[in-house]
Amino acid sequence: MAVIINLEENQNLKPPISDIGVIGWIRANLFNSWHNSIITLTVIYLLLQVIPPFVNWAFINSCWTTTSAECHKSSGACWSIIHANYRFIIFGFYPPAEQWRPLIAMLILFSLLIVSRNRNWWSKYLMFTWMAGILIMGFLMRGGAFGLTSVDSAQWGGLPLTLILSVFGLTAAYPLGVILALGRQSRLPVIKSLTVIYIEMIRGVPLISMLFMSAIIFPLFLPEGVTINKILRAQVAIIMFTAAYVAEVVRGGLQAMPNGQYEAADSLGLNYYQTMRLIILPQALKIVIPPTVSILISAFKDTSLVVIIALYDVLKTTQSTLSNPKWMGFSTEAYLFVAMIYFICCYFMSTWSRRLEKDLDTGR
Amino acid sequence: MAVLSVGYYLFSNTLANLARQNIATGFGFLHKEAAFEIGESLISYSAADSYTTALLVGLLNTLKVSLIGIIITVILGTFVGIARLSTNWLVAKLAAIYIEVLQDIPVLLQLFFWYALFYQFFPSPRQALHPFNGLFLSNRGLVFAVPQYHPAHAFMLAALFVAGIVIFFLRRWATKRQAETGRIFPLFRTSLLLIIILPLITWALAGAPTAMNSPTLRGFNFSGGLNVSPEFMALLLGLVLYTSAFVAEIVRAGIQSVSQGQTEAAMSVGLKPGQILNLVILPQALRVIIPPLTSQLLNLTKNSSLAVAIGFPDFVAVANTTINQTGQAIEGIAMIMAVYLIISLTTSVFMNWYNNRSRLIER
Repeated sequence: MAVIINLEENQNLKPPISDIGVIGWIRANLFNSWHNSIITLTVIYLLLQVIPPFVNWAFINSCWTTTSAECHKSSGACWSIIHANYRFIIFGFYPPAEQWRPLIAMLILFSLLIVSRNRNWWSKYLMFTWMAGILIMGFLMRGGAFGLTSVDSAQWGGLPLTLILSVFGLTAAYPLGVILALGRQSRLPVIKSLTVIYIEMIRGVPLISMLFMSAIIFPLFLPEGVTINKILRAQVAIIMFTAAYVAEVVRGGLQAMPNGQYEAADSLGLNYYQTMRLIILPQALKIVIPPTVSILISAFKDTSLVVIIALYDVLKTTQSTLSNPKWMGFSTEAYLFVAMIYFICCYFMSTWSRRLEKDLDTGR
Repeated sequence: MAVLSVGYYLFSNTLANLARQNIATGFGFLHKEAAFEIGESLISYSAADSYTTALLVGLLNTLKVSLIGIIITVILGTFVGIARLSTNWLVAKLAAIYIEVLQDIPVLLQLFFWYALFYQFFPSPRQALHPFNGLFLSNRGLVFAVPQYHPAHAFMLAALFVAGIVIFFLRRWATKRQAETGRIFPLFRTSLLLIIILPLITWALAGAPTAMNSPTLRGFNFSGGLNVSPEFMALLLGLVLYTSAFVAEIVRAGIQSVSQGQTEAAMSVGLKPGQILNLVILPQALRVIIPPLTSQLLNLTKNSSLAVAIGFPDFVAVANTTINQTGQAIEGIAMIMAVYLIISLTTSVFMNWYNNRSRLIER
């Protein structure tokens, strides 16, 4: 009898304090074996070596709104370089009095992106809103009517330029990529081999060679006296480059379509265009949304290469700030600031793409 | 027909433009004197050499940074990828932060960052950091001592080669014996021992030369030793950190693609953790890892062209100088594209071969 009572009491016993709560968590996740304990202690030691000096440098000893002379005296970070130059870093040579225009354009873009995050709101209206938004953004940047002074695109720069190059780049590259992917699947040998050569060639060369081509060779093709704006040429190079990558992604989606879909469409008597437009592409493009977002992310990062052909994107404006003798030597702070801009944008997109992937996975 | 006429139109425009700017066409310029210096070179080069030699120097520099970068990236990426799956919470979180942060910052920005850091924070050669004998770190780069050339080194290399052959036959014998008798031969430890011992014995027999070619400060720079320029270090560091974050994700996905049951089955058969990794998990994970890994390593090679932005004389940088001097942009850019296409195609052929080979093991 006594034994049974003992058992019942045991069942009501709580697990030992060392297995639950904070201590239990630490034991299970940081000290679950002797070598893990050693690793944990080493890592903590290293972090203690790195983090306090960094915090000292970045926050405690740092200057935020001072002049460059005071910065040179201080031992900490000089965030004043950002404070003093943020307008140039973000907007480049855009006339200061008109800088509200790119700001509003960027806000429109961001709000469109945020609205598009929610998949329940995807509809034709959203697509029209996007088109209207892009037109308004272009008008705001360019001006020249309704009392807005015209701003030549040679003066565009900074973050708006980075966003324009990547967002417009992907928007224009997407249909081109779909056409290329369809061409690669084509039964006509000429079309097929041409698209394969194009896709493989572009994917085999670095973007920088395409940008050089747009900057140096392209003007040679044009008749005397005709010039095409530098930004537009870079944009064309980015579009041509991105399209090849989009084509490969879309091809993946097309190949994932079971043959039965084509056969069903055939038996309904649909022709090639109807089959593609109504049956195959809607399904194939849906599958490839997550990898398309990662192309958008890399296109966004790759626009930074226009620095090399001397376009004033957000990285180039930072560099020219640094070449100002007053602010020379604070490159770490300036580059960290730009890195943060890129990081926030990319992190936002990649978390979204991961969530989307999960959503779409359960849907199928 | 329309394509042809457009092509002819562009072609005639181009010819007219070239003629107006007095630019020659064709590859004749390759034999002319280059007349520019190149900061670092694997072969002997001077400004009096031809453009061909200059471009070859650039190509070798591209290959050098890509090869070293690929080796370090694969090692570092694998390490971080495994760390990402560690049961140690701290290690796993740090690896996750590493991956997320480095993936989301453009590689060009990372190159600028490291390059500026090297120039800003490292002292001039006169006050070079000197952590231990024979190594100096300054804003002129990393200089370290290398052994003075001695005939023994050639013999040591031969000994290493012999060790390789011995290991090859030892491995065949060990596999055969294991198949016949089931006895396991400690192949890895023996191989390691052979690789170290054979060259060491040769070195001792040749009289144990210990002369070192140490760097010494002369005037404003170091002479002697091996010099790694800050441009090269920044380029290598930027490329490796950026690409290793992607490689780590690929390795993580590859390891996770092998189901838990495989590990449990291997454990119940009585394999040790090292054997489980080597014999069960890696062969299966590699099949998932290799295709995306190939494209990442190709990306690294293509991204090495960003060297032009920080002044490392890679192929693109040299070709760019050539274009600026001769004005022959079409030929220059065609060469850049051709070089990268050849590198890409060769790598994919090799990786496809390896991929097929690792697939054949599957039964």
